[in-house]
Amino acid sequence: MIRFENVHKAFGSNRVLRGVNLHIPKGESMVIIGGSGTGKSVALKSVLGLVKPDSGTIFVDGKDASEGDHDAFLARFGMLFQGGALFDSLPVWQNVAFRLLRGSLKRPTEEARAIAVEKLRRVGLKEEVADRYPAELSGGMQKRVGLARAIAAEPEIIFFDEPTTGLDPIMSGVINELIREIVVEMGATAMTITHDMSSVRAIADKVAMLHDGVIQWTGPVAKMDDSGDPYVAQFISGSAEGPIEAVR
Amino acid sequence: MSRVLSPIAALGALTLSALAALGRLAIFTGQTFAHMIRPPFYIKEFGAALMNVGYFSLPVIGLTTLFTGGALALQIYAGGARFSAEAVVPQIVAIGIVRELGPVMVGLMIAARVTSSIAAEIATMKVTEQLDALVTLSTHPMKYLTVPRVLAGIIVVPMLVAVGNIIGIMGGWAVAVGTLDFNSATYLQNTADFLETSDIISSLAKGAVNGGIATLMGCYYGMNSGRGAMGVGRATKGSVEAAAVLILAANFVLTGIFFSS
Ligand SMILES: Nc1ncnc2c1ncn2[C@@H]1O[C@H](COP(=O)(O)OP(=O)(O)OP(=O)(O)O)[C@@H](O)[C@H]1O
Ligand SMILES: [Mg+2]
Repeated sequence: MIRFENVHKAFGSNRVLRGVNLHIPKGESMVIIGGSGTGKSVALKSVLGLVKPDSGTIFVDGKDASEGDHDAFLARFGMLFQGGALFDSLPVWQNVAFRLLRGSLKRPTEEARAIAVEKLRRVGLKEEVADRYPAELSGGMQKRVGLARAIAAEPEIIFFDEPTTGLDPIMSGVINELIREIVVEMGATAMTITHDMSSVRAIADKVAMLHDGVIQWTGPVAKMDDSGDPYVAQFISGSAEGPIEAVR
Repeated sequence: MSRVLSPIAALGALTLSALAALGRLAIFTGQTFAHMIRPPFYIKEFGAALMNVGYFSLPVIGLTTLFTGGALALQIYAGGARFSAEAVVPQIVAIGIVRELGPVMVGLMIAARVTSSIAAEIATMKVTEQLDALVTLSTHPMKYLTVPRVLAGIIVVPMLVAVGNIIGIMGGWAVAVGTLDFNSATYLQNTADFLETSDIISSLAKGAVNGGIATLMGCYYGMNSGRGAMGVGRATKGSVEAAAVLILAANFVLTGIFFSS
């Protein structure tokens, strides 16, 4: 469904992606792991056209993602940003229901609000949060509102950029289960970035490791522990010794 | 590069980058107007912008034009007395306020109050990825953020100029009647007789242009902000500088167009 073909992206002299090749089949949950600053967020953003690759192509359903009707294309996606990226001028429920309050998916206000409250509940937030403003929430709560917004319009393809960072272990468990449910029940295709290895095991069908601008290793999550790849092994064990330098 | 030529090269580089900036600005302006006439339209955002640009600017505009009108009356009286022309106070205050000071003062106050807040808000949205989030939610940032604000500026700033003109003239009137022994009814009669329709039209036209410039600059600098808090600070500063300079320049050009013939 999503295919990266030799994608390159540099910011000035900082060559971030140096030929990424990756395939995510429809209805699968792909988890991307990799050190901080290796370009995982950039890879996700380049699918959505928020970052323009310098060369290489990203195909979605066999079509070049940078061509064609961008609005219709984006309507199929939901994205949780690493920093939440909530609109701080709008109350929480209007953030979650943003798509449902305007544009082609517009519906009556009460209905949109009811959906927002239901999505908030799914990410473990009570109804009274709905009328607060994002700035009044804790970091973890903001993250979960961002997650609720990403899934509000039930998109077919969902990107989660570090969904459990900053959450307590119980809430992480709730979110992992939610992501799994979305993939299994709704048949969505998911691409998740995470540093949390328990999250990887809970969410992933397949895992890909990004390092030095390329996909070092990719395979089913079951094969991750005996991948035979020194980078993956070091990443899983969290050891300072290995091919990945600690100073990057 | 030789030492003799390097200042010239620097000048050339400066000119080129200024031209490039002007080009980017022109493209941004063109895009804004292109989006203005194509749906979707965000009515709620437009209403909020009207309130923010217009209604909430009334106090500061009332105060600045009031004092400007008062000071103008004092100056014209004192200056006119040198050749026994004190009686022209109502006429000159009216012309000075309506043709020049009203639109300029309102434009500069809007630059200070509205341009800065638009730039800071949009720049912060950019820095915190809210602009990216808008895109992923199938909402064009130009349509959702720029168009409502610029349209509100073009529509509501002429109204502010009208209000500012009236208050400025009343400031002159208050000073003239209160301290300079002018007759109230005669003062107002002289003002009304002297002003022409073209004065008022030029004043409102300047208001519309200034409103457009002030809001456009806020949006342009906000959307092109650099990263981090420093980026937001730079964008805000740049937007107010650019708006103030462009407002004064446009005012000069428009005065030339309206009154040089
Ligand atoms: N808009 C940008 N302008 C300049 N450099 C950028 C930009 N976005 C990302 N980068 C750079 O690209 C590199 C990769 O960034 P990215 O955010 O993708 O990292 P990441 O793998 O998501 O890391 P983390 O796990 O810490 O979130 C970093 O060196 C970053 O500084
Ligand atoms: Mg990241």
